Amino acid sequence: MSEDVLFDLVNVSKKFVKGKEQISIFDGLNMQINKGDFVAIMGPSGSGKTTLLNMLGGVDQPSSGEVSFDNQRIDNLSEGKLAKWRANNIGFIFQFYNLMPMLNAFRNVELPLLLTNMSSKERAQRVQNALKLVGLDDRAKHMPSEMSGGQQQRVAIARAVVSDPKLLLCDEPTGDLDRKTADEILETLQLLNKEFGKTIVMVTHDPSAAKYAKHTLHLDKGEFVLEAK
Amino acid sequence: MSLVSQSSAVIMMNVRSLPRRFWMSAAMVFASAVVVAILLAFLAMAKGFETTMQSAGSDDVAFFLRVSSAAELNSTVSNEQVNILTNAPGIASNENGPIISPELYVIVDGVKKSSQTKANIPLRGINQQGIALRENFKLTQGRMYSTGTNELIVGQGILDEFAGFELGDEIRSGKNVWTVVGVFTTGGNVFESELWADAKVIQSLYNRGSSYQSVRAKLTSPDQIEPIKAFVENDPRLNQDVQSEKSYFSEQSKGLSYMALFGRVISTIMALGALAGALNTMYTSVSDRAGEIATLRAIGFSHISAFIGTLTEALVLSVIGGILGSIAAFIFFDGLSAATLGGSFTQVVFQFQLTSDLFLQGATMALVIGFISGLFPAWRAARLPVVIAFQNGR
Ligand SMILES: Nc1ncnc2c1ncn2[C@@H]1O[C@H](COP(=O)(O)OP(=O)(O)OP(=O)(O)O)[C@@H](O)[C@H]1O
Ligand SMILES: [Mg+2]
Repeated sequence: MSEDVLFDLVNVSKKFVKGKEQISIFDGLNMQINKGDFVAIMGPSGSGKTTLLNMLGGVDQPSSGEVSFDNQRIDNLSEGKLAKWRANNIGFIFQFYNLMPMLNAFRNVELPLLLTNMSSKERAQRVQNALKLVGLDDRAKHMPSEMSGGQQQRVAIARAVVSDPKLLLCDEPTGDLDRKTADEILETLQLLNKEFGKTIVMVTHDPSAAKYAKHTLHLDKGEFVLEAK
Repeated sequence: MSLVSQSSAVIMMNVRSLPRRFWMSAAMVFASAVVVAILLAFLAMAKGFETTMQSAGSDDVAFFLRVSSAAELNSTVSNEQVNILTNAPGIASNENGPIISPELYVIVDGVKKSSQTKANIPLRGINQQGIALRENFKLTQGRMYSTGTNELIVGQGILDEFAGFELGDEIRSGKNVWTVVGVFTTGGNVFESELWADAKVIQSLYNRGSSYQSVRAKLTSPDQIEPIKAFVENDPRLNQDVQSEKSYFSEQSKGLSYMALFGRVISTIMALGALAGALNTMYTSVSDRAGEIATLRAIGFSHISAFIGTLTEALVLSVIGGILGSIAAFIFFDGLSAATLGGSFTQVVFQFQLTSDLFLQGATMALVIGFISGLFPAWRAARLPVVIAFQNGR
């Protein structure tokens, strides 16, 4: 397998059981994502974008098939090992930011670092750097409720990158934001990809958001129909 | 390890999110406070009664009752028998001779101040040696009764709980009239729930001839009880049971131990009710925080930290309740004076007593409520699917 491949999905299928019905979202899906790529995943509602992202992020498991990350199987890890794997490798960015409402920006960004052995001094340094990167170093003491949506999403990005993971997984990161703010967020993601070498997988409905990515995958009925750009 | 920092962060977030669930959480605190307060009230009652009874008993006082009389009220001892007992071995002496006290024990009516109900009050016929035998006896008001007169002194407990026993009051009982001339204390024990008068006067007013009902004798040391027992058994004229006064009273104090049991049963039943509410509170807490729990799990927090966080929240709430309940019990019940039926159908005045071991039992009750109500919701929290972090916003 190539050195450049970060994700390798082999013959992945995913079924949900809803009552007596069985819904098959993916059936024999094969795909690869390269290191350093910025991939936008598009597709109609219900096509399985979030399901795919969840399997990549190790929060959901395929019904069958293999998911490998950096040449290591993750589809068969235990829940405890998966949590550690997520802590070490992945930063999540959510549509609704998912900040802890009772913590200020600093404490929110610090959360992933609590899973490491860093000293509090070292953590403070890292948090400040991450906040600076997203242009919010002067807002460290602010609560989420005191910030705009765009600012909250930038805090969430700082939280996703603070522990320096290889991969950022974003589900509709601009879905809740106006055009101008969305562009700022997307520029930040692009910067993280270009300057810091982060691999980014971003689910979006928005074609103009997809333009910031290097590649776009169209997902329809469990298949990638077209790879543009 | 990072489990500690993870868990303490989760606990801190849980606690800070409590205002969102303020009333539910307050209800859980309240329920556990009520359960603990009720438990402590019953235990304090039983404890106070027990202390009052047991502190009256000395282990260096031999106590004689007629064979198979369980209590003083239905016992008799003849004057001749008292004279024989005076010669028993191991009895201490003072300037008035051997410290041996033949006593009478009759009943007069009293009316409880609190409930206005009638109750039996013991009137003890006693002599000088009998008073010497009660080492913590103190006259706090008025004077001693004069021998040969219808005067009596009242225990502090009777003065507090019953009407009509003030200094100078006249007490009518049947055809007899007594005058209160003094008030005494005996260090808070059961003798304070009595009236004392001259034994000879009671013998004549109650047609007892020269007989008594019980005999107390001060021993030179507690281990003299065995020689005295042997002495009594070897003399066929003595149909007496001998035991230390301490063992007599600890037998009598079992009277209210059912209160402690009753308190435990009542508070356990109430705790079950409180548990149902507490479980509801904690399940609500988990669903209220579900998005946050899932987000933390996505970031890489372990499911153990979600478990510990939820369990701790339950324990914190129930323990706060326990502390409030203990404070309330202390304010409202500690030292509260009450009178109840003692061992021999007479009233015993005692004070609710909250001691550290009772508080410990209250604390245990609070922890049990917290633990059980936290356990199952914590289990649910630990097993929440992480994918819900992506499903909808908060
Ligand atoms: N836990 C689940 N149980 C049952 N069915 C599910 C579950 N999660 C997803 N599905 C179903 O799987 C399909 C794909 O869902 P998914 O959330 O991946 O779609 P999506 O492409 O992200 O849609 P959207 O654009 O609306 O976010 C949908 O039909 C959905 O109802
Ligand atoms: Mg989706």
